[in-house]
Amino acid sequence: MGGVGGPEKFIVNGKRLDGRKLDELRPLMIKAGVIPNADGSAYLKMGSTEVLVSVYGPREVFPKHLTDPNKAILGCLYDMVSFSTSDRNRPGPSRRSTEISKVIRESLLPAIFLEKYPRTKIDVYIEIINANAGTRCAATTAASVALADAGIEMKGLVSSVAVGKIDGKLALDLFDAEDNFGQADVPLAYISRTDELTLLQMDGDLTSDELKKAIEMGKKACVRIAETQKAAITERFGKEAKK
Amino acid sequence: MTEKIYVKERDIVVPGDLLAEGMSYIPGNRAFREKEKIFSSTVGLVSLRGRVIKVIPLAGRYMPKKGDVVIGKITGIGSSGWMVDIFAPYNADLNIGEATAGYIDLNKTELGSIFDVDEYVLGEVIAITERKFIKLTTKHRPYRKLQGGNIIRVSPTKIPRIIGKEGSMISMLKNASGCEIVVGQNGLVWMKGEPEKQAMITKVIRKIEEESHKQGLTDTVKKMLEKGG
Repeated sequence: MGGVGGPEKFIVNGKRLDGRKLDELRPLMIKAGVIPNADGSAYLKMGSTEVLVSVYGPREVFPKHLTDPNKAILGCLYDMVSFSTSDRNRPGPSRRSTEISKVIRESLLPAIFLEKYPRTKIDVYIEIINANAGTRCAATTAASVALADAGIEMKGLVSSVAVGKIDGKLALDLFDAEDNFGQADVPLAYISRTDELTLLQMDGDLTSDELKKAIEMGKKACVRIAETQKAAITERFGKEAKK
Repeated sequence: MTEKIYVKERDIVVPGDLLAEGMSYIPGNRAFREKEKIFSSTVGLVSLRGRVIKVIPLAGRYMPKKGDVVIGKITGIGSSGWMVDIFAPYNADLNIGEATAGYIDLNKTELGSIFDVDEYVLGEVIAITERKFIKLTTKHRPYRKLQGGNIIRVSPTKIPRIIGKEGSMISMLKNASGCEIVVGQNGLVWMKGEPEKQAMITKVIRKIEEESHKQGLTDTVKKMLEKGG
């Protein structure tokens, strides 16, 4: 946040460094059902951030003593592959990935009907193939599609996006330069169907007014992301509907 | 209060899609109500039966229901029955009393001599509790041990296509091959007959799985069978 060595200006002639408007998302592409061996999977590309998510389950819980007799438990593992960043990323869990696993798990949790699957576990494995800011948001969005692809019963789709502040202005879906040298970054996850905010973090400085505006901006973008998610799932199964 | 239905029969829906509004509609399988509105909880196809709206899932693991005929694998023998893997998130129990039509005297019989570990059985789900404890029966015909033959696994969502309308597809397969074929709701298909015929059926079933959405599937299968795979 606001480190040394960033670009002098983030907004030139009303456009951002990558040519986007302030409230414009990066090009978003989602594909469901990409891993045949998983119960559900999704691939997501948002700008140059790429994520692969696989879902296994509901399946038996191991070790057995973790079993919840009333509902399923959700496991979530976020991992960045070693070549996902510009400097090689040391493989294996880290402080950062453990935290992100936790927040993604908690942002998906309210959407799933866990009580439909007592005594089981649902596992979500997230691999960041290429990191260019907004990986936790991309991961959450993709995980939600993968869960739907696995046929798991859900209240709605979870969509996620980050809102940031560059050159004193709010901007949607930051890319890496803006994320690293901008003034603030607010990732949020949102279930648009129920109007529930399931993730809200803030890094950097925002006034309370700006934060409120950022949330509104994020929510609007999530509604658009949800459309893409829906299209991805429908496309996966669409041919069956036409029968 | 509005009474409105937003979907048609066989529409594809995703989790959280609005299906209908109003208290006179009833959410069926894989649908749920929130206040006056009914939503879908899974990816699936809409099915309307009177005022009941349900969603037929297009994806997902096999979830056992009472009355399902399943093929299971014996995974363990206890003091009073067997543990059976029915390829669901839960194991099923097969009690001695439900195993055979006759009486089993535990002092004289070794349970392994009836069904041994790693053997496959055809059974029916007779009970399922709220916490998903499952009871099987293999007591009456056609439930039995499946001896010999070959077993393949398909997606449980494709099973209705393999069976066909009133069993048309499966009887076509049986007639063409002369094999014994048994289909479990949990996605397992058992067949027994000449090895070449078994191979042919496997090929045909994979084709059905692949093209389950296409029209004229019956004709495709008929042609395949005439060619002999």
